[in-house]
Amino acid sequence: MRPQPQPAPTPYTPYHPRWYRTPVSTYWWMHRWVYFRFVLRELTSFGVAYFCVMTLLLVRALSKGPQAFEAFEVRLASPFFICMTVIALLLALFHTSTWFSLSAHAMVVRIGGTRVPGILIVAGNYAAWLVVSAILAWFLLR
Amino acid sequence: MAETIQLEVTRYSPEKDSAPSFQKYEVPLRKDWVVLDALNYVKDKQDGSLTFRWSCRMGVCGSCGMMVNGEPKLTCATFLSKYAPGPVRVEPLRYFPIVRDLVVEMSDFMAKFRKVKPWLVRKDDKPLSEGEFLQTPEQLEVYKQYSMCINCTLCYAACPVYGLDPFFIGPAAIALAQRYNMDSRDQGSDERMDILSQHEGIWGCTFVGECTKACPKNVDPAGAIQQYKLAATMNWFKTLLAPKAPR
Repeated sequence: MRPQPQPAPTPYTPYHPRWYRTPVSTYWWMHRWVYFRFVLRELTSFGVAYFCVMTLLLVRALSKGPQAFEAFEVRLASPFFICMTVIALLLALFHTSTWFSLSAHAMVVRIGGTRVPGILIVAGNYAAWLVVSAILAWFLLR
Repeated sequence: MAETIQLEVTRYSPEKDSAPSFQKYEVPLRKDWVVLDALNYVKDKQDGSLTFRWSCRMGVCGSCGMMVNGEPKLTCATFLSKYAPGPVRVEPLRYFPIVRDLVVEMSDFMAKFRKVKPWLVRKDDKPLSEGEFLQTPEQLEVYKQYSMCINCTLCYAACPVYGLDPFFIGPAAIALAQRYNMDSRDQGSDERMDILSQHEGIWGCTFVGECTKACPKNVDPAGAIQQYKLAATMNWFKTLLAPKAPR
């Protein structure tokens, strides 16, 4: 962070030294890749929110009857919504993988007094994801 | 002539300067030298006015934490050769007020440390004559990781939340609270929960996770905070379902 201009020095005394406080830039998250990745992780939650909203709209269309549901499906098949879905899917995938990689820190699982290694917790998350996806795919594609 | 490397070191004199600046020093690049050795070389041979903290030189005291090329590091455990051909930028720990050169003011951190009651709290203390509180190796293992903290504050320098919100209690203090909460001899988790379930406590943390990466002792403060959040949530649900039950 670049030092900002400071007011004129105040008298220094040994018991009240003049500390310098480095101001935090508004763009602190752009200075380091790890912080940028953190902000990306937070922003990609919009992808998840998009899918939630679309699911709610789908349920609403379903409750209005077959015609409304069909119209909703036609609208979703338009190039604009296909693009939106692909973008939202990429955002949601990034969001999910970043959270999965952090889950090893947040979850402490002990079996027989010993802590299960983090990599197994992460692998467990991916495995659960695969299972849920497979069940959904079986329902939708059969 | 022996190989050298350039150090760019923050200088700040509160008597003279209105803002810190960098001073360059050329030091020998020796394979067995850490950044702290280079700083001591500067102080001994080139500029006796350079001010920095250090003590044990073996990663135990936690005094020599500084920013090395933008990363919070214990300078006694960071080899110079890793940064060859240089230059190596050495700055005071980020987000702390600078007292002089590489020395930062840590009173805020110390006050926060005390706030989380980092000692064994007993509700039913027994007299000394009855002996010590016993603990099994398994019970020790549960909190041992969190007891390894050396108060070096590298995790604070890695935490943008602390930089943006100075009221945030911070990673090391919360990990220390967790160390006592998980100790089988302690009975003070309710008292700590009251302090840490506030916004400036665990909920201030956005799980950037950099505190854990910066920690030289593998304490995993980010993990401690997330586990604390889970405990606080469970506690809230319990209070909601059974308001009068003892927590």
